[in-house]
Amino acid sequence: MDSLLLQLLNGLDKGGAYALIALGLTLVFGTLGVVNFAHGALFMLGAFVAVSVNALLNTSKQIRDESITFFEAFIDQPYLEIWFGETGTTIIEWSAPIAIVVAVPVMLLVGLAMERGLIRFFYKRSHAEQILVTFGLAIVLGEIIKVIFGANPIPQSAPPVVAGAAPVGSWFGLSETLVYPWWRLIYLFCAFVIIGAVFAFLRFTTYGMVVRAGMADRETVGLLGIDIERRFTVVFGIAAVVAGLAGAMYTPIVPPDYHIGMNFLVLSFVVVVVGGMGSLPGAVAAGFLLGVIQSFASIGAVKEILPGIDQIIIYLIAVLILLTRPRGLLGRKGVMES
Amino acid sequence: MSSFNRSTTRRRVLKGGAVLAGGAVLAPTVFTRGAWAEAFRNNPGDAGSVTLGFNVPQTGPYADEGADELRAYQLAVKHINGEGDGGMLNTMQPLALKGNGILGKKVEYVTGDTQTKSDAARASAKRMIERDGVVMVTGGSSSGVAVAVQSLCQDMGVIFMAGLTHANDTTGKDRRRYGFRHFFNAHMSAAALGPVLEAQMGKERRSYMLTADYNWGWSVEGSMTQVTENMGWETVSQVRTPLGAGDFSQYITPVLDSGADVLVLIHYGKDMVDSLTQAVQFGLRDKQVNGRNFEVVVPLYSRLMAQGAGKNVAGIYGSTNWHWSLQDAGTQAFVKSFGQEYGFPPSQAAHTCYVQALLYANAVESVGTFYPVEVIKFLEGFEFDGMGNGPTLYRAEDHQCFKPVLVVKGNENPSSQFDLLEVVQEVPTEQITYPHDLYAGDLGPYDV
Repeated sequence: MDSLLLQLLNGLDKGGAYALIALGLTLVFGTLGVVNFAHGALFMLGAFVAVSVNALLNTSKQIRDESITFFEAFIDQPYLEIWFGETGTTIIEWSAPIAIVVAVPVMLLVGLAMERGLIRFFYKRSHAEQILVTFGLAIVLGEIIKVIFGANPIPQSAPPVVAGAAPVGSWFGLSETLVYPWWRLIYLFCAFVIIGAVFAFLRFTTYGMVVRAGMADRETVGLLGIDIERRFTVVFGIAAVVAGLAGAMYTPIVPPDYHIGMNFLVLSFVVVVVGGMGSLPGAVAAGFLLGVIQSFASIGAVKEILPGIDQIIIYLIAVLILLTRPRGLLGRKGVMES
Repeated sequence: MSSFNRSTTRRRVLKGGAVLAGGAVLAPTVFTRGAWAEAFRNNPGDAGSVTLGFNVPQTGPYADEGADELRAYQLAVKHINGEGDGGMLNTMQPLALKGNGILGKKVEYVTGDTQTKSDAARASAKRMIERDGVVMVTGGSSSGVAVAVQSLCQDMGVIFMAGLTHANDTTGKDRRRYGFRHFFNAHMSAAALGPVLEAQMGKERRSYMLTADYNWGWSVEGSMTQVTENMGWETVSQVRTPLGAGDFSQYITPVLDSGADVLVLIHYGKDMVDSLTQAVQFGLRDKQVNGRNFEVVVPLYSRLMAQGAGKNVAGIYGSTNWHWSLQDAGTQAFVKSFGQEYGFPPSQAAHTCYVQALLYANAVESVGTFYPVEVIKFLEGFEFDGMGNGPTLYRAEDHQCFKPVLVVKGNENPSSQFDLLEVVQEVPTEQITYPHDLYAGDLGPYDV
């Protein structure tokens, strides 16, 4: 039972990341009609905003380590600690949350620049051409990050106050020793908040209403004198922010490298297909569902019967959905159906 | 005339003919002695320099080890060429090197990135041999890579001095005549760790193994299972995890209610850092199972991993090939030299690679030729000392080095930023030695 609860939380956690990326993907597809293979790169860029913030806060001066006598060794002491003492240390320890705040404007700018600088020229091109150009863009962005930060994963820490584990067992009346890492719970909570915020923005604001109208019938909205293209540009920016936040928040869980976006991109496309191309609730539901299924597939008892099933379960489900319901779980009738 | 007639008897003609025939047969070997020296791959001939190939992981889960290996190789080249303070050349016995390169040729090097992938490592080694003309390939931080490159080197007739490779296969079923391993192996780790674990944790334990899913992981898993079960432990489960998984939460979670009270983490490099950190985050270290404290064991430990995992390593047992805090003259010379060059002490990966480079150079200097067959014959059964591990033997039958193994524990009260592992016991060579045919394999021919 303990293990089942933890696997459920693991699944929701992973599902949160899938859902956030898939949400942005499907938002862009629904509004702009663009199949954006560079979306994983936005996740990766968000993660490297966190890495950059951490590196910036850790800018250090080298101080001689007197405890080493047989050669000259040095300790890196961050300037923030030299200038502000314990306050400086606390600021550095909180680099992950600071990075999340910084990621919002940075990723919005990145998204706007990407849409205005490249994506808009491909609105009326075929999906194949869109895939080619966005995939190429993803590779270029990955290589730029590789040149700047190297090819190896760079570990990031959660603030000490949430670096430990939460007593989830006692919360649910189970074993008191049952714990779950705080940061993973925070990630899950933030995923829900971000998804809720996007839905609320689209559902309850006039801006969102126009966007939804544009998604349903772009031409009519245009005929009403609304500059729908400008709104869609902002939507692309929002999608970039969502993916970037997902990436920035994920860094204390898995150390990011230049390839992390690609790892998530493929799975997220599967999530979008399972949820239904262009369906926002579908993307979110499928993200969490597939995360949980993947997590339960990795339970020892399951793997004893079907070895390696955890590695392929998501793809098996995608095949099953495509065969039986090509429009996906919550997709609109006609989409992806002949 | 009569004298001529006397001298040209049939017997004398036959005798003279026999001498001439014998001379004709012998002449080629007399005048072309050493001609084989021209006939091997990448013979440096009269060139003023010779090139070595350093094939290390510069990217991937073992990149930290790779970076340290490269530092060690660069230091070794300096010392062989007579630059710097000489490092272990001051302590190595027996020593033929003179500090003027190898056989008077300046040592140069090329580097490659194995990416911790067998195919990439083979491609890189092939490039070094074919394009750069290296006389020896060395490096690597993965047994999958070591086995693949070793096999290539055997086929191409170039000596491979393995870097960090710990699977039994490397000098077991996949041993090769042209491959040599200074590093210890999974069998030795298990043999050294077993008695210490029994003394510290008792005989009634239930272990859960998370294993990196490639030949090194399988090898350690096999050796650890054998040793722990022989001392009375029960193996609850053995779960294979993909290399470079990053997030190990889905593998760690099932440990919690498996009934196991020991987690054996058969991971290395960044994988170990990630899995151990996540195991601690999931509360395993604070858990009590079967009335006992939950324990974590890391069969193959390194200072670099301890550095990455930080406080999480405190109190965790493992084994290591060498540690910078050893007090012998060889270790001190190397640590001083390395520390002055780079500002921190070397890792075990750096140590084994530095030693391998010196051993190869010394072998060539000793036999007076780069001809691999002669170098191989010299290294087979070579006994040496002063290189950090005490008296060491390169066993002829499988090209495995035999020397004491260190059992270490994550330091709970470090005295400096590098004081991360505490040497619990230096296990003598006799305790970890095993018959060469325990892991059957065929070295293959000298001439390829």
